[in-house]
Amino acid sequence: MSTKNANRKTYYESIIESGYSRRDFMKFTTYMAAFMGLESSMVGQVVKAMETKKRIPVIWEHFQECTGCSESFIRSDHPLVADLIFDHISLDYTDTLMAASGHNAEEAKQESMKENYGNYILVVEGAIPMKDDGVYCTIAGRSAIDILKESAAGATAIITFGSCSAWGGIQAAYPNPTGSVPVDAIIKDKPIIRVPGCPPIGEVMTGVIMHYATFGVLPELDSLGRPKQFYAKRVHDSCYRRPYFDAGLFAESFDSQEAKDGHCLYKLGCRGPVTYNACGTMGWNNGVSFPIKSGYPCIGCSEPEFWDNSPFTERLVNVPGMGIEATADKIGKIVVGTAVGAAVLHSVATNIAKKKELREAEKSGEENEKNIKA
Amino acid sequence: MANRIVIDPITRIEGHLRVEADIKDGKVVNAYVASTMVRGIEKIVEGRDPRDVWAFVQRTCGVCTTVHAIASIRAVENALDIVIPPNAEITRNIVTIAHAMQDHVVHFYHLHALDWVDVTQVLNADPKATSELAQSISKWHNSSPGYFADVKERIKKFVESGQLGIFAKGYWGHKAMKLPAEVNLLAVAHYLEALEWQKEIVKVHTILGGKNPHPHFLVGGMASPINLNGAGGLNMERLAYVGQLLKDAHKFINEVYVPDLLAIASFYKDWGAIGDSKFNNYLSYGDLPTDHYRNPASFKWPQGVILNGDLSKVHPVDLENTSEIQEFVNKSWYDYSGGNENGLHPWEGETNINYTGPKPPFENLDTEKEYSFVKTPRWHGKPMEVGPLSRMLVGYASGIPEFKNVVDGALKALDVPVTALFSTLGRTAARGLESKLLADWGLEFYDKLIANIKNGDTRMANSEKWEPKTWPKDAKGVGYMEAPRGGLAHWIVIKDGKTDNYQMVVPTTWNASPRDPKGQKSAYESALIGTPIEDPNNPVEILRTIHSFDPCLACAVHLYDVHGKHLSQIQIGGFCSI
Repeated sequence: MSTKNANRKTYYESIIESGYSRRDFMKFTTYMAAFMGLESSMVGQVVKAMETKKRIPVIWEHFQECTGCSESFIRSDHPLVADLIFDHISLDYTDTLMAASGHNAEEAKQESMKENYGNYILVVEGAIPMKDDGVYCTIAGRSAIDILKESAAGATAIITFGSCSAWGGIQAAYPNPTGSVPVDAIIKDKPIIRVPGCPPIGEVMTGVIMHYATFGVLPELDSLGRPKQFYAKRVHDSCYRRPYFDAGLFAESFDSQEAKDGHCLYKLGCRGPVTYNACGTMGWNNGVSFPIKSGYPCIGCSEPEFWDNSPFTERLVNVPGMGIEATADKIGKIVVGTAVGAAVLHSVATNIAKKKELREAEKSGEENEKNIKA
Repeated sequence: MANRIVIDPITRIEGHLRVEADIKDGKVVNAYVASTMVRGIEKIVEGRDPRDVWAFVQRTCGVCTTVHAIASIRAVENALDIVIPPNAEITRNIVTIAHAMQDHVVHFYHLHALDWVDVTQVLNADPKATSELAQSISKWHNSSPGYFADVKERIKKFVESGQLGIFAKGYWGHKAMKLPAEVNLLAVAHYLEALEWQKEIVKVHTILGGKNPHPHFLVGGMASPINLNGAGGLNMERLAYVGQLLKDAHKFINEVYVPDLLAIASFYKDWGAIGDSKFNNYLSYGDLPTDHYRNPASFKWPQGVILNGDLSKVHPVDLENTSEIQEFVNKSWYDYSGGNENGLHPWEGETNINYTGPKPPFENLDTEKEYSFVKTPRWHGKPMEVGPLSRMLVGYASGIPEFKNVVDGALKALDVPVTALFSTLGRTAARGLESKLLADWGLEFYDKLIANIKNGDTRMANSEKWEPKTWPKDAKGVGYMEAPRGGLAHWIVIKDGKTDNYQMVVPTTWNASPRDPKGQKSAYESALIGTPIEDPNNPVEILRTIHSFDPCLACAVHLYDVHGKHLSQIQIGGFCSI
């Protein structure tokens, strides 16, 4: 798999193997220290760094977004985000946290992408507006489309954090005024890991990166490109209120006795039955709660087109007891965008006679994974 | 001849912000501020269920992750005349306070500090001297020489790795950096601690709203019911969890944030004379009702306006008076049907996008013409600054003792006059001083919630008008609140149970807008004038003043459309936000 990092060479090894001498290497490190703005006394430290293994370079682009995904990322409890960026990755560009601004920031990105060409992870937060040549999002005078294409070219893999870069998100909701699209509508030749959610859970975000940093391979994905370890189950299947659903006990208004007693929120519009996410299994903010536990129905924020599946507090068409065995791969091909979509989904899940469609879904999933491994 | 410099992107903010500034004789003589991203959220909520709109507009900003939702549910409740139960009012206050504390701390350490703190200087710090310094300003427990030695070692190892990550190409060794090495080490140690603490305090939102970022809210109250005799809502464990988090926050604010702020500020007192808005008008809508949202007199954050820096008088504000708050588009990429020189109140507002800027890729905006997608709000035709400084000054000028105590205490500690508040330093200091009050208020509101429950009131939501069939055919409302970055208001028009029109005027719109028809600058542009620039290639001084406002650009750009007119019919060029 091209995304393996276990055998990444140090700078020193690469330079010596390319036929340069130790003296050339020292000159190079002096130059490196100079451009990093370090004093000459630090050259020795730079030499040492070049001879030791590198942290994984990460370039984090922000397009049409609200920064909620970056905020969720820094909420991660395990690993702590400081440990992640100090010990495991080198976050070489992110306009939320980086010290440099303006041309200094853009230069830092360009240099990292050049040095680490073919070896960095590209993270994308936010959707990309396509209408009118992409004029609805420009950074440093350039359009998001141009920037994405450039950053993707040298990336080992792309992680799309959040429903905006993964599915299009809120700006792509009707009437999609700026013609917004997700990353995979533009980039076709790279492994793309979808990590949807509005935002995704912090530990899911750092978990995806840590998986790669720890095991040297990308996590296993379902047919929609989502890491199976976090998106294999519906919220409904891991919901602690599930027994009330099965028993037919529902809250029908907020702050009612049934709501106070923790009955199922399905009749208040809960999207748990059609939403693949780790909210029920992991909980939010180190497992403290999740929306259903705090009394509000799931709005399905990790699903494609969930914004157009509103009103959120109106119940879905009847979705009685789909089994826990219905995994994302089996029914993932269906767009859960509308109430009609939910009905179709239900019929697919319960009518296994539609085996052809399921086989196709699985086949495309396998191909997707094969491409990633290739 | 002045030299034009461009800073794009401005980092360590929310959103996409661009500054073009003219430098002459080492000072900023002119400045233009623009945003370059747009999404169309106000257009997207048209026709939606008003009970859902909070979730859509909440996504305006993930940093301001509670504020748009609260302004929205208040706007809908105002339109439909819904009175929420006291517990919901108190709980919303607790959510607002937890958010403001988290946001202010993250702003100080993670967004603003790197303008003042030189990370590389940590390597020259003496851990023992740092420990002595830390213990002289605070009783915070992490203060031993060994603790600071570990932090120093960590930074050393990081720098030696040669991969500087988020610190690459920062303003290290810049002449404007004035802190002794030990203060740099102290600040970097607390940068790391604050990063851990901020993920704790937001658990208040997780308990009360299910998650953070983007907790859930409810028109009519709060969704999380109170049930001390069952397993489905807020019980004693959940309440105690909130209480503990607020207690921990109180400690962090008082023992880490505020002492650090004063320590760092004492080396940058010259910034108490740089970066004022020149007009010195300050607006606060007020928030945190101790009685009810409908009773502004009960607000912890008082409502009012200060004009020309005159702290002897506080003027009243009325958000429904169509002649008070108006938005102008003379320098923005919009057209008004009645002419671009007239302002419009948000309930009468219109937006016809008419982009006249350059096509990307571009080097410069034509600032002689329209140059921003931020509209220009004015109060009685005057530019206003909003934010923590405005709130502190309105509280101070209103003569409220707790505001006077905390402000006078800081002025005395730093040995600077009251006029030093009208500055870059004043803005940054006000955020910390406000956090001190917020930390106290958080505990007060928690006690109030417990007392109310003890008195037998466990109501959390009013569902009487939940069903659209109970609503009038036509309704309109305004909801306001004080966001971390300043006064925020949403205006909604409801027709036949659907959202007919929606408009937001947000803090960064007040502060980051372009010039008005009278040529008056808004706060960012005006504050930059006179800022000293040591090195035009590394203009960290511009970042200091811009960051002192805590910019939030996703919030600032509006895309409100005249009903029935589709964006696809409008020609547009480069920009970015709502």
